[in-house]
Amino acid sequence: MSRKLPALTADTCHFWQGGAEGQLLIHFCPDCQRYFHPPSPVCPSCCSNRVGPKAVSGHGQIVSYTINYQQWNPTLDIPYVVAIVELDEQPGLRLLSNIVNCPTEQVSIGLQVRVCFERYEDIWLPLFEVQT
Amino acid sequence: MNIERIGEKQVAITGIGQSEVGRPSALSAMQLTVDAALEAIEDAGLKKSDIDGVACWPGDNNNGSAFSPVGPNALISTLGLNVNWFGGGYEGPGPLAGVINGAMAIAAGLCDHVLVFRTITEATQRQTDKTATALSNKTVGRDTSFFWQWYTPYNVQSAINLAALYAQRHSYEYGTRSEQLGQIALTCRANAALNPKAVFREPLSMEDYLSSRLISTPLRLFDCDVHCDASTAIVLSRKDIAKDCRNPPITLEAIGSALNQPWSWEQIDLTGMAAIDAASMMWARTDLGPADVGSAQLYDGFSIFTMIWLEALGLCGRGESGEFVEGGSRIALNGQLPINTNGGQLSGGRTHGLGYVHEACAQLWGRAGARQSHAHDVAIAASGGGPLAGSLLLVKNR
Repeated sequence: MSRKLPALTADTCHFWQGGAEGQLLIHFCPDCQRYFHPPSPVCPSCCSNRVGPKAVSGHGQIVSYTINYQQWNPTLDIPYVVAIVELDEQPGLRLLSNIVNCPTEQVSIGLQVRVCFERYEDIWLPLFEVQT
Repeated sequence: MNIERIGEKQVAITGIGQSEVGRPSALSAMQLTVDAALEAIEDAGLKKSDIDGVACWPGDNNNGSAFSPVGPNALISTLGLNVNWFGGGYEGPGPLAGVINGAMAIAAGLCDHVLVFRTITEATQRQTDKTATALSNKTVGRDTSFFWQWYTPYNVQSAINLAALYAQRHSYEYGTRSEQLGQIALTCRANAALNPKAVFREPLSMEDYLSSRLISTPLRLFDCDVHCDASTAIVLSRKDIAKDCRNPPITLEAIGSALNQPWSWEQIDLTGMAAIDAASMMWARTDLGPADVGSAQLYDGFSIFTMIWLEALGLCGRGESGEFVEGGSRIALNGQLPINTNGGQLSGGRTHGLGYVHEACAQLWGRAGARQSHAHDVAIAASGGGPLAGSLLLVKNR
């Protein structure tokens, strides 16, 4: 499936490239002892600049999802699932991704998922599949 | 809060105007804009030389895209205006940001009469390129935008994919059903049938709605607003001189423009959006309350947004919008709270923001023709979805 790729910056490269080592890297503030996403140069709670990427388990659950049926462009494989995943490390620690490798009708809110990666050029895109 | 320091109460809407609403229109974007602007100035009983400020959301962003082909600078030049202040730009609390900025310019003493407008020509654009509005086309090459970069790699190609996440969560938390979402579309269509300018006026049944194709579950074709070419304008005036204008002034009783959550679609309250922030600010700036509201024009870029605005504004309880709209009697023109009385964006056309203010004023002034609801003095216009949210509490002075 074709995808628009994100720009890599000093703030975002860890998230998009951690998959090269099989890791989901989420920014963490050592002062607050809290993760946050998307990554940024300072903690959104305390403005500490001692923030940086930290590997998480890659396990989480689906907070919400949608099955897209619209052929927005000819290169899309429809249907596909867009979801918000909450990671196990912290309540409210969410990111948006696709749920892959399962029939769309299997997807539901509360479903346990785990990260997997799909490589596009220098990006290891974090995706999620159903935990078995 | 010191009421004398609530600046918007010193500002009133004195005139409204709107171009033809085409799908598409043969007129140029600037012609549409001039038509709306001159009608609004005339409606206020003013001359173009009285206008000393111009505001717009989002402005032409220096590229004239169909999303907003005309900005304030271009209109000032075209109409030969002499202004003390002008401003546009995308960043702000959603599509009503132009009204809010214009009101602030008056409250700050920069201007006496501010022309606020919004022009859109997405219907023309889509004649030649159906993918023109895809989010992945917002940036050239790799996605560098602050928040779209987190969504476009996952083929979020339209805001509907994000709105659908809210709708699915709303359904999960509160049991909201498709028939309840569909009622927003049906109510808009019924109102549009009475509005000669509306894009879609033929009857829409629940069967039609439920059999329309799924775009992004649970949202269907008829949960989406319809592209059009149109321009809408209003005149904001200093309240102390507004009484000399032609219409009874409509005071900006309270503005809601707060954002107390991240600038993000997925890091915010999924069933409250930024609407809860704007609404709570608005009600903190007035002695009026939800029970005083006679009509509400609530953003319906997608039907779920209208449901969330109903709850955020306290027009029904949190999680109760499905039950509130079910069957449509409460929100109909002759119901307790008529909504989107011109057909909204779902059937009237995606005038994008200012259309709601235009319609709220038409209702308050009793000028809505066949779609006029009961006489009332208090109305709400609210606009935006996700992290974009702004609301206005409007009161007609007797």
